[in-house]
Amino acid sequence: MIEQKRVAAEVLPPPTLRYGPLRWLRENLFSTWYNTLLTLLCLWGLYAALSALLEWAFTRADWSVIPANLKLLLVGTYPAEMLWRVWAVLYFVVFLLGGSAGLWGSLLRDAVVALSAAFFLLALLPFGMSERLLLAGLALLGGGMMGAGWLLRRAARLQTWSKRILLGLWVLSPILVVVLVGGLPGSGWLPTVSTEKWGGLMLTFMLAIVGITTSFPLGVLLALGRRSELPVVRWFSILYIEIIRGVPLVTVIFMASVMLPLFLPGDTRVDQAVRAMTAFTLFTAAYIAENVRGGLQNIPRGQYEAAHALGLSHFWTTVFIVLPQALRAVIPANVGQFISLFKDTSLVFVAALLDLFNIGRSILANPTWLAHDSEMLLFIASVYFVFAYFMSRLSQRLERLLGVGER
Amino acid sequence: MTKAARIPFWRDLRVLRALAQVLFVIFVILLGNWLYTNLQANLKRTNISFSYDFLQQPASMGISEGLPFQPTDSYQYAFWVGVFNTFRVVFLGMILATLVGLIVGVARLSSNWLVRTLSAIYVETLRNTPLVVQLVFWYTAVFLKLPRVDESLELPGPIYLSQRGLVMPQPQPTESFALWGMALGGGLVVALGVYIARRIYLERVQRPGTPWLWGLSAFLLTALGSWFLLPQAPLRWEPPVRGIFNFEGGMQFTPEFTALLLGLVIYTAAFIAEIVRAGILAVSKGQKEAARALGLTDFQMLRLIVLPQALRVIVPPTTSQYLNLAKNSSLAVAIGYPDLFNVANTIINQSGRAIEVILMIMGSYLTISLLTSLFMNWYNRRVRLVER
Repeated sequence: MIEQKRVAAEVLPPPTLRYGPLRWLRENLFSTWYNTLLTLLCLWGLYAALSALLEWAFTRADWSVIPANLKLLLVGTYPAEMLWRVWAVLYFVVFLLGGSAGLWGSLLRDAVVALSAAFFLLALLPFGMSERLLLAGLALLGGGMMGAGWLLRRAARLQTWSKRILLGLWVLSPILVVVLVGGLPGSGWLPTVSTEKWGGLMLTFMLAIVGITTSFPLGVLLALGRRSELPVVRWFSILYIEIIRGVPLVTVIFMASVMLPLFLPGDTRVDQAVRAMTAFTLFTAAYIAENVRGGLQNIPRGQYEAAHALGLSHFWTTVFIVLPQALRAVIPANVGQFISLFKDTSLVFVAALLDLFNIGRSILANPTWLAHDSEMLLFIASVYFVFAYFMSRLSQRLERLLGVGER
Repeated sequence: MTKAARIPFWRDLRVLRALAQVLFVIFVILLGNWLYTNLQANLKRTNISFSYDFLQQPASMGISEGLPFQPTDSYQYAFWVGVFNTFRVVFLGMILATLVGLIVGVARLSSNWLVRTLSAIYVETLRNTPLVVQLVFWYTAVFLKLPRVDESLELPGPIYLSQRGLVMPQPQPTESFALWGMALGGGLVVALGVYIARRIYLERVQRPGTPWLWGLSAFLLTALGSWFLLPQAPLRWEPPVRGIFNFEGGMQFTPEFTALLLGLVIYTAAFIAEIVRAGILAVSKGQKEAARALGLTDFQMLRLIVLPQALRVIVPPTTSQYLNLAKNSSLAVAIGYPDLFNVANTIINQSGRAIEVILMIMGSYLTISLLTSLFMNWYNRRVRLVER
């Protein structure tokens, strides 16, 4: 009898607090006199700011500067007849993302849904007909690949193989993307497009992607070097990391753009984009090294001892035991690094490159668009914001998914 | 037995380690040598030799603010003016960013929904856009769009905002300033005396207390008392006088300086706000409840329980935000504020001495970073957990 009662008591749902809107208002906005005062002050400030902003945005602002220069802002002076290659890159990336979302699910699925929805919404905007069709195609491809991946998940053998293929494609993707955009020297159907013609948002992404993929291995090596038992290697790594972290990125880019040619044999010609990429690589590697070091330090001694007990050498312990755990733990931190690298690409003005921000500034220098700086800068800032916010949300959820800090 | 115990040298860990390091050193030397020979060849080709002699030559450029500067002054002096300008903006920026960051960080934990949401929007917006875009926005879309001097915006103070930047009243010493200065010196001695006396007293009765607060109050009391006792106030607020093209008197800040300071402060404050929030959240609820159970007042709880524990979490990441602020000040080059990097850039363009000047730039930033981290590490040692 008593037993039964206890069971019944356990099954009861927790008491739910029901709020009326008035109660919510009172508790969250007007709980005390100073909260009321704060609320009123905020409301007044919000009203003043929003009304001024909206009045400006809809009556005085002239947004025509954006559509008139959209191509420049997106791809710079990339030759128009070669634009299909940029589209191909987009399709390739959406293909990979969609397939992975279907096969692995969870976080990627939401990301691809959001991405496809964004492409679909963009397709509704009044671009040219072919662009709109291509954008709608991207949305469809994202959804379709996700469905295909989901179907593949049902079949065990196919699933493992398709996962392997996708992983291989992911590893190769930075090279494929660079080749697609930059071209293959001496090939008929992919003529080279020199980096001077890259620009706009595309250049921003290329710099960020190349920067992060090349700096990652270097950063891991530096992190291992900093924890090495060999004093010479350790001191070299510490010196490198601390010097780079002590100087601003602008000076590193500037140094690469001015000094790199001085340190190479006389006849080598390195173009500005490659110099900037070198700077981003050298700079980001130091920060990634510190992130990875955090991951390395969090590996319990027992892991090393177990590996030694199993007879693994120092090298194989690092490869099979230490790095997989350390790198997994620092994925969110490195996503954060990627976001800041994405934002920092706007500093390439010191190397005279025209990424999204700097091509915007050069458009503003054109007498036709001289008075449109507020519109242009707000547009550019919101483009950066959309991508950075999207990525930081993803990384926060990734952190929860991986359970970093909870194990 | 002894023979079997000997390890062949190619499996001896000590030998292997030494070998690995020697190989590494050889690799680094070879790389360095290759770079150095290239550099020598390139320099020979362009007929430049490495030397700092050019620093004494006249700079023949203009620097619009900071220390007074003539085009006939040397490159070296120009560089120092740049360093001074960097220090000026970084120092003010650190203080203001800490203040704004504290306020926003506390606001993010407010019980008021609107305050919480607005501060969250502030943080997210500023953290997710590049700083240089923000700086250029403040400069070209806000400060350069301000009205001309004769129509400038007047804020209470009076503080004037115009295309010429920010102008505010400046305290000017009057005749009684010297007397007041002496009174201040006296106050300092009195404060020290009160502090020591209070410390000795507390030591004797074995009770906790705040001797520094007593000392500070003593100093403030003498300062304020002498201010009002003197026949004439020792400092006078000299308001700026609006002319047709420019202001006269008062403290004047150029639009470049103000835009850079504003941009740096509100950008860094967004990061500091998140640190402050995390720090306060990191103090467990049990600590506050225990403080209440001990009968501490609200203020005592904040000062003795919450803040010391929150600071421990707040200080190290704030240090790196200060370092970021110092490094980000180099973005002044995007809006034409003559800071260290901007001036050095001009020096390179004029003298063609890239390597020498870049070494100077890097050395300066490294010094600034080092000084900041030394100071913050000293502070961190004071607030960190003292374990038994």
